[in-house]
Amino acid sequence: MPEALSQLPSRKTIRHFLSWFAGISMVLVPLLRLLPETTFLHPSDYTVTWLGKIICYMVLALSLDLVWGLAGILSLGHGLFFALGGYAFGMYLMRSIGRDGVYQSDLPDFMVFLDWKELPWYWTGTQHFAWAAILAIALPSAVAFVFGFFAFRSRIKGVYFSIITQALTFAAMLLFFRNETGFGGNNGFTDFKRILGYDITAPTTRTILFMLSAILLSAALWGSSLLARTRFGRILTAVRDAEARLRFCGYEPLGFKLAIWTLSAGLAGLAGALYVPQVGIINPSEMSAANSIEVAIWVAVGGRGSLVGPLAGAGIVNVGKSWLTATVPDLWLYALGFLFILVTLFLPHGVVGLVGRLSSSRSTPGGKA
Amino acid sequence: MSAILVLDDITVSFDGFKALDRLYLAVDEGELRCIIGPNGAGKTTMMDVVTGKTRPDKGKALFRQEVNLAMLSEAEIAREGIGRKFQKPTVFEQLSVMENLELALSGPRGILRALRFRPSPREKERMEEVLATVGLLESGERSAGELSHGQKQWLEIGMLLAQEPGILLLDEPVAGMTDAETAKTAELFRSLAGKHTLVVVEHDMDFVAALGGKVTVMAEGRVLSEGSLAEVQADERVIESYLGR
Ligand SMILES: Nc1ncnc2c1ncn2[C@@H]1O[C@H](COP(=O)(O)OP(=O)(O)O)[C@@H](O)[C@H]1O
Ligand SMILES: [Mg+2]
Repeated sequence: MPEALSQLPSRKTIRHFLSWFAGISMVLVPLLRLLPETTFLHPSDYTVTWLGKIICYMVLALSLDLVWGLAGILSLGHGLFFALGGYAFGMYLMRSIGRDGVYQSDLPDFMVFLDWKELPWYWTGTQHFAWAAILAIALPSAVAFVFGFFAFRSRIKGVYFSIITQALTFAAMLLFFRNETGFGGNNGFTDFKRILGYDITAPTTRTILFMLSAILLSAALWGSSLLARTRFGRILTAVRDAEARLRFCGYEPLGFKLAIWTLSAGLAGLAGALYVPQVGIINPSEMSAANSIEVAIWVAVGGRGSLVGPLAGAGIVNVGKSWLTATVPDLWLYALGFLFILVTLFLPHGVVGLVGRLSSSRSTPGGKA
Repeated sequence: MSAILVLDDITVSFDGFKALDRLYLAVDEGELRCIIGPNGAGKTTMMDVVTGKTRPDKGKALFRQEVNLAMLSEAEIAREGIGRKFQKPTVFEQLSVMENLELALSGPRGILRALRFRPSPREKERMEEVLATVGLLESGERSAGELSHGQKQWLEIGMLLAQEPGILLLDEPVAGMTDAETAKTAELFRSLAGKHTLVVVEHDMDFVAALGGKVTVMAEGRVLSEGSLAEVQADERVIESYLGR
């Protein structure tokens, strides 16, 4: 099979994709937003927020592709890192409510409700945007680093690793469900009012959050494409193909795996941090086992290891989800399962692999398709 | 000549079964040593011990007289200069032939260096040289997964050469090769001896004869006999345990 080399698209393809994506998300959409609301072409607040949310999912899918696609490490717990980023930044949003909450206290409402007199120590500094932003990356990265260190050092691999990541996110969900944990229990954080002093529901704020998500996605895709093409990227491929061989070539896979794993978690956290102000809520259900599995399905549907494929997968599945849950909600889970089976059986390289095959068989008839 | 590798009194047991039983083996610098012996004799396990994949229960493994291999990880042992070819050819199938060699190329193995690495003109030359040596000059851009079994064997040997180890451990390197390929491999190994130390495990007696080095016969985790091929073939114990079967 000549499609072996790598699923990685060429630099040119990435550039094309990025210029289209940036053109639409950073020029076209903001311009259309300037049109009067009554015009047919004006994207509504709902639409922009919905698109922004999907872009955050795309970044999450990309972060999973960095470990699963490039290094063959299947995480079924990436929803945890996404949620941790969301919670970290959510602390800032909760603090920004100030005294405008129901109880008009300096403390978040849920703490007043629990009869707490002061903020727990780990809320220190979260009134600062910058600290919360740093936390949104650092917290998931730190959790990933510690977990990854022990898992990779014990040479836990394959399906065992995946199952442990499921357990990890499930355990975290139980922890966050508890009121005593200090993150709002099963209600999580919601009713945000402001971000950096601006009304969080104002049309301009929404447009800017949408654009920031688009910038994050572009930068992350560009960076990932560069990274995958370095020797570091090839070492990750080697980890996926034959880790033992790599050791006998003199490389310690531990450091490389840990580096990409931690980086991936940080990126997922950043995506979560941008997701929360747009959807206006974060709660422990984001850490459910099913959520993380869904992320893996996006990546598989789009085509793992191709960086752009997972973005397409996240887009396709979530558009489908929005449409189905609005029309026949009961069908959604069946549709998702069916899609997954379809892709596993017939599209090992996902939608992107299919598109690649179709276009290459057109350009070289009878060629290496 | 001085011994580059010494295994002294090495014992390895798996659930009470002794795969290596007080094995003693010394290989001189620049030597081309063949290890033969029936299946299950412990030849692969011996290589596992040298390369850090298996820890011995007892005994010492010394490299260049001073490096205690039992204290090092697989990667550290490789960096000390011990290269290994697996019994089943193992290459990075999703990478191109050239990229396989590039990863094996001797040099720093850290993460930051890997981010910045670009092969120098000298390193490129070296890779071309290795490609030519193992007869894969035309296949540099092909993905390793597409190669034939024999070609994968050659690529893995090429990776060893790119790594520039002091000693090469080769576990059944000509398995699955045609006669012509086998003859070429024997020629290559002979040309490497002297500059490198080679330890070759092989079943193919014609190949062992073609290599012409000292032969060690292993059986049941021990050394049964050692000497030239003619000498060991004449050894009563060897005939009994191996050749006579
Ligand atoms: N990881 C292992 N666990 C249990 N038994 C093993 C293991 N590795 C090797 N053995 C056993 O040790 C013996 C020696 O094996 P090996 O070194 O592969 O022999 P050779 O390479 O000479 O054919 C065999 O009987 C084999 O079954
Ligand atoms: Mg063997």
